[in-house]
Parts: sequence; C-alpha cells; structure tokens
Amino acid sequence: MGVIASLPEAIAELVRDGQTVALEGFTHLIPVAAGHEIIRQRRRDLTLVRMTPDIVYDQMIGAGCARKLVFSWAGNPGVGSLHRFRDAVQRAWPAPLEIEEHSHAGMANRYVAGASGLPFAVLRGYVGTDLPAHTATIKPITCPFTGEVLTAVPALNPDVGIVHAQRADRAGNVQMWGITGVHKEVVLASHKSLVTVEEIVDRLEPRPGAVILPGWAVTYVAEVPGGAHPSYAMGYSERDNDYYQAWDAISRDRDTFTTWLKEHVLDRVPTP
Amino acid sequence: MRWTADEMMTIAAARALRDGDRCFVGIGRPSTAANLARRTNAPNLVLIYESGTIGAKPATLPLSIGDGVLAETADAVVSVPEIFNYWLQPGRVDVGFLGAAQIDRYGNINTTVIGDDYRDPRVRLPGAGGAPEIAASCREVIVIVKHSPRTFVERVDFVTSVGYGSGPDDRAKLGLTGRGPALVITDLGVLEPDPETAELILTQVHPGVDPARAAEATGWPLAVAPSLRVTPDPSSAELSALRELERQD
Repeated sequence: MGVIASLPEAIAELVRDGQTVALEGFTHLIPVAAGHEIIRQRRRDLTLVRMTPDIVYDQMIGAGCARKLVFSWAGNPGVGSLHRFRDAVQRAWPAPLEIEEHSHAGMANRYVAGASGLPFAVLRGYVGTDLPAHTATIKPITCPFTGEVLTAVPALNPDVGIVHAQRADRAGNVQMWGITGVHKEVVLASHKSLVTVEEIVDRLEPRPGAVILPGWAVTYVAEVPGGAHPSYAMGYSERDNDYYQAWDAISRDRDTFTTWLKEHVLDRVPTP
Repeated sequence: MRWTADEMMTIAAARALRDGDRCFVGIGRPSTAANLARRTNAPNLVLIYESGTIGAKPATLPLSIGDGVLAETADAVVSVPEIFNYWLQPGRVDVGFLGAAQIDRYGNINTTVIGDDYRDPRVRLPGAGGAPEIAASCREVIVIVKHSPRTFVERVDFVTSVGYGSGPDDRAKLGLTGRGPALVITDLGVLEPDPETAELILTQVHPGVDPARAAEATGWPLAVAPSLRVTPDPSSAELSALRELERQD
C-alpha cells in the first residue's frame, strides 16, 4: 500500500477496460497527466466519474475512452462549453456517451457515503428540479424521526480513484493543501487509488490546514511534476488560464482535436 | 463618463449586495459583480465560492471558482462536501448569485439542455453544478443575465434550479427554505417577482431604456410595475473600479 510506482506502471496495474474510474480535483490538483496516460494506454468503455468534467475529461471522451459519464457540471470553467463532450452527447462522436447527471451537492455526498461505507447519503437537494425525472440515482426518502421528505443518493465507490497532490514521502504518505475539493473522499471511497504528486520527499514538513492521507489508505503513489497542468498545484505552479482559453478553439473541430491529441498525448512518451 | 449596457448590468448587480452579506458566488458575471461590490458599496461582503473558499478577497478577478488567488486570500478553505453540507444547506448564506441560459416567467432557471428531449438535446449545456442547492437554500437569490427572447422564455426547457415553480405557493410546498429569486438583473433593467403571483415583472429600467425594449426581449407578456423606477447612472467611482477589475482580468 502506498506503493511508489511510475505513472505508466500504476495506470497499467489499476485501470481496466469497462471499469468505473474517478479523476477528481476541483479546479486545483486535477490529475491531468494520469488522464493522458489512460488515453495512451487506450482504455475503453470506462464509466468516468467526476464532479466537474473539464478539459481532461473532454480529451478522454474525445479520445474514445468513455462509455458513460457521471457528473454534475461539464464545462470549461470561465470559458464556455466542452465541445468534445457536446459532440459525444449530441452526435455520438467518437462513441455514444451515456450520462448520469447530478448536482455538486449530490455528487459530494455520494463520495462521502462511499468513503463512509454507507449505501447512500441524505441531503436537501434536487427538490422541484427536473433532474430526478432523468437520473435514476436520485430518490426521495422520509426521515424516520421527523417524517420530513429529503433526498437520497447512492454511494459512489469507483473501481479506481485518482487525484493529484503536492507531495508524498517514501512510505507513500500523501500531503495536500489549498482547495482539496473531494480528494480525501474519492480516495477513501474507491476500491483502489492512485495519487500523483509534484515531488516525493524524505520527510513531510507539517503544514497548517494540510490534508494527510496515510500511505496505507492509498494504493499507488507516482511522482509526476507538473502532473496537474493546465490545472495547478498550490505552492508549485499557477493555473494556466491561457491553455483553458486556447482549448476552446482546439476542441471545437474533430480534426483539429485529433491532430492535437496525437501530437500532445498519444505520441508523447512520459519521462520515466 | 459614458458606459455600456454590460457595465450597467454589472454595476446594478453590485449595488444589490449589502455590506456584510454572505454571498455564494458563481463564476463569470456574478463574480465580477460581487468583486466590484467589495470595492464600492459592500467592502465587508463575504465571498463564498463552491470550491470551498470562504471569505475570499481576490485582488484580481478569478477565471474559475478555484483559482489560487481565492484560496490564498480566504478566511477559511474547506472541502467541497463541507461547503455544501455545513455552510450552504443550513441557510448560513444570505445571497446566492446565479447566471442562467434560460429563465422563465416564474424565475426557474435552466443550465442543462435546450430542446424538448433531454436524451437528444438541441444544445447540451454544462449542467447543474452547485446551482440547484444554492437556489434552494440561500436566503435569497439574485440572477444576473442578459435580456433576450431566447433566454427569457415562458417556460424553461429543463428546470435545473427552482425559482417559484409555477406560482407563489410552490416553494413552500416543496419545502425550499430560501425565499427564491428576489432580483433578476439584466442589461436593460431589473425584474422582481410580483408579491401576489410570483411572476417576474419589470420594476426598473436602466437609464435611457424604453420599457417596450425589455418587453420585446422577453418571451412572455412582460408586466410593468406601476411604480417603474429608473436605475441611477453609474458613478465615475463605480465605472473606474469596474474597469480596473476587468483590465486586470
């Protein structure tokens, strides 16, 4: 547990065709390099889970890795739509994409239930919206104490959960800080996990407000400096806002996207 | 100083925020307006972003809800489950600030799909994000959206976030704790729910805007409040602060 491996080794060990895989990171610490490795290893028919599918999921969907998407907001933050996602939903290119759609509060609670070993979570949510009519994983539930009707959503327990973090030590203990989103929840909810980190250090210096995942709670750790780009790792890199803006034009057209994917992902062998 | 309709909309939205309010901010125009308010009429506005940053004080406009500048300047950074469960859900937030792809006569918001068939949409939009629970649980909601007949529709194609449902009693029936959309601020004026019917009516026009223009840009017969107000002109201080913000952007 907390085994230190190279990124290609870890993905080859963990991710199989047809599995449910969650790559998380709420704008910050998105495991983009791991997503690219999944594309390079040509995984297919994945159920991809992510609260905020953004550029890396647009790339994975456009590359044909996904059969289904479980999500709550699919867009290019601050820029606009995800064109590969739209092309898959509206025109089934390169493959039909089934969707299971939630709100952020619902998805966050599904991970909490998954991490807690519970079958479902309860929240005040979705009431009066059209989402329950289209999403089978949203159901009313009556509080046994007050009789109030609330909403239940089932636990998410992905086969593999993947996140990026700032650093780990040689025993695979992981330290992260800044916006940590659902990082802890997705790692603990998933059957197996991979954390890519900016660096592996001899000793983790304590940091106020940091989240620690003990090595025994993580399956693999891979050192991938810059592995969140164009997202960022607080203390190591800045968000590459120009890349997000440039993605709009690259992703709009199938041919431009395909050329980009070959040059920047498929033909790029990661440095060991 | 002269100004654009976009600038007027952002300034009107900033003015609607009260000093000391705790405000759940969406990215884009709501974020610009909230950050402008912090520099003008509401210096103690508490900006809360769904990334878990509470009390963010960014010096420049963030492009996303999770830019580093938000975490670096926040009073607290909490996890995403915590921001929704501990802070939003129990009603600790005064104002939810939302945008919309479509908004209807009763202030219901669509950010999911355009078209009648959810499984085969004409346009697939990003989806819900935090909006359904923001619209349900904030004490009140302010919507900021440009006026056009494509956006202001009789009935939204998909209810992503509930306004007043189909009338004045629906929020109570659904058990929604917040009051719902109090203001819809556009580039032409301001709409507010009629206290009797909960239908959005035109209560304010921006300087130089004929109410007929707002009616033409609305997909239902837009009622005009008997005491229609005119938005005060933007001050040079407001315009300078907004342009400074957008220049940095």
